Amino acid sequence: MALPVNATRGQHVWYWCLRLICAVGFLFLIGPIVIVVPISFSAGSFLSYPLPGFSMRWYDAVVEPFPWMFALENSLIVAVSTTIVATALGTLAAYGLTRADFPGKPFVFGLLISPLAVPLVITALGLYFFFARVGLVQTHIGLIIAHVVLAVPFVVITVSATLKGFDWNLVRAAESLGARPLAAFFQVTLPLILPGVLAGAVFAFVTSLDEVIVALFVSGPAQITLPRQLFTGLRDQLDPSIVAIATILIAFSLALLAVVELLQWRSARQRSRREE
Amino acid sequence: MSPPPDITDEGTAGPTGLSLEAKLRRAQRQRSLNAFLLVAPLLLFILVVFAGPILSLLYFSVDDPKLAEVMPRTAEIVAEWDGAELPGEEAYATVVEEIRAAYGDRTVAAAAMRLNYEISGFRSMVMRTGRKIRRIAGPPYKEALIGLDERWGDITYWRAIKASAGPYTTRYLLAAVDLERKWDGSIGTAPPERTIYIDYLERTFWISFWVLAWCIAIGYPMAYLIATTGRRLSRILLALVLLPFWTSLLVRTAAWVVLLQNKGVVNDFLLYAGLSDEPLTLIFNRTGVYVAMVHILLPFLVLPLYAVMRNIPASQMRAAASLGAKPVAAFLSVYLPQTLPGLGAGCILVFILSLGFYITPALIGGASDQMLSYLIAEFATRTGNWGMASAIAILLLLSVAALYPVYRGLVRGAAGFRFG
Repeated sequence: MALPVNATRGQHVWYWCLRLICAVGFLFLIGPIVIVVPISFSAGSFLSYPLPGFSMRWYDAVVEPFPWMFALENSLIVAVSTTIVATALGTLAAYGLTRADFPGKPFVFGLLISPLAVPLVITALGLYFFFARVGLVQTHIGLIIAHVVLAVPFVVITVSATLKGFDWNLVRAAESLGARPLAAFFQVTLPLILPGVLAGAVFAFVTSLDEVIVALFVSGPAQITLPRQLFTGLRDQLDPSIVAIATILIAFSLALLAVVELLQWRSARQRSRREE
Repeated sequence: MSPPPDITDEGTAGPTGLSLEAKLRRAQRQRSLNAFLLVAPLLLFILVVFAGPILSLLYFSVDDPKLAEVMPRTAEIVAEWDGAELPGEEAYATVVEEIRAAYGDRTVAAAAMRLNYEISGFRSMVMRTGRKIRRIAGPPYKEALIGLDERWGDITYWRAIKASAGPYTTRYLLAAVDLERKWDGSIGTAPPERTIYIDYLERTFWISFWVLAWCIAIGYPMAYLIATTGRRLSRILLALVLLPFWTSLLVRTAAWVVLLQNKGVVNDFLLYAGLSDEPLTLIFNRTGVYVAMVHILLPFLVLPLYAVMRNIPASQMRAAASLGAKPVAAFLSVYLPQTLPGLGAGCILVFILSLGFYITPALIGGASDQMLSYLIAEFATRTGNWGMASAIAILLLLSVAALYPVYRGLVRGAAGFRFG
């Protein structure tokens, strides 16, 4: 987007206005994330600049068993379980949804991804009442079930999208060579759609790891997750160990972003290769 | 590929004598069934754990069993009472008997709590009556009960009992829109101390509206720049949008809490740069909520917009200019219409997500910046008022549902604009 040589004065003004707005916008987006990171290495306990010196003391607080490591452990248990269940159920459903038509398919698809469209607090309320009646409030299982509900639409969407470009003749070929449907799925389909499945799994993992509203409703003291602990910490006493944990999570999202970009790039490359 | 219906292929007809067409149809049915069976586990899961519980909110918003559970006969008697003047001795006798029993087995608190929703102070009145109920030895109960607490002689308290008799009530749904049912069955405005819910609804919409407006104002130029600039810069800029997008909502809220504090980075900078003489209050007010919410939701607007803008050839604007269109006219008639589907999708995403915001206002907003979600959480987890929590959840859900047709219209309108 360069200015034409014959640009009028008005166009010049507009051009630089646009650039200015964009600069402010990008600074606004990335600034807070960049600014808090150094504070976590501060030797002092004030959350501002200039930093009195460098230290890792707040990271020492983070690796204490309580509260952060306990919360991290809970978060990982819940997120890993959620990812496994959501990826399995979601991939299966996406496979069924693309394999053949059946009556009411658009409706079923809409229903499966509807947890995305309902405000989280409403889902949390419904789950809370439901769990209260069946005795799943304040249990790990309950929290995992709740997170699967929230995570599974991402798996369905990503895997369905990957399957749209899938060449079903490969499955027919496998079956004509005597492969049973299950073997054909695991040996032919799954390896080909793996980037999509993994991307879905990453989405599911992040959804669970980042979720706090449902956790506030249905979990108890024994299921405190990382976001819940962050929420409590931010509300009750704000200290730099929160910034330290935030920094760790930012690094983690950077890594995940890289993984997803890589997966999407690979799956796009595969699709374009097939189209050639 | 199915053959015309009047042709049957004798050669391939199987031993069952079915035509090829019938066999094909059967095979397709089988395939449909297999496909459905693969979807079935997740469908069942979502129905039981998601759709069911959401629908049950409708039930909980009208369910009103508390009083009838604890004091069933009282509930029956007041349900038949017309409410015009104080009930007779029988009603008083039943109340005394049932409060005595309920106080004995400690179930009275649930009923007292329910009555307190009607008139505040009713809870303590019932509890006190329960404590002193031993003093009532025999009839006449009416005088005895009024002797314990003269409010038992006040008809408004009896009308409150009648309103709580259950088993179903419209009070929560009406209260969610600041209405109440009077004792004679008419519907009117609730007393001022309870007409807070429409305020919350309006505030929720206004906050969402302003967040959306800011997102468009900043996000549209950003998406435009990403879509039209050179490939390399575009990648970097896109990463700058994606990183916050992937960062935990709570981490970003935490960053803003740290930045916006009275002794935080933003205030220190303003003082240092001489832009302000004293620390500004940026947190626990509306400013902070807007800043943090726009920051969190901005990528949801930029990404769909960018996806659409990427596919608009730059040559179109040049063509428009060469045909004599001024830049503004070219933008309005050539560029903007083509971005409407992306803009619509982004707007609806941002608006719907912000309608349901809870965490950010709870941590960065003050008491007057809380939205509907906050009320739902308060009623559900703090006061245990399931009816009210459900009614407000339905109000919020309806608000969100009402926006989907708008979104559809927007996208369709955009398509019509393009081809019309």
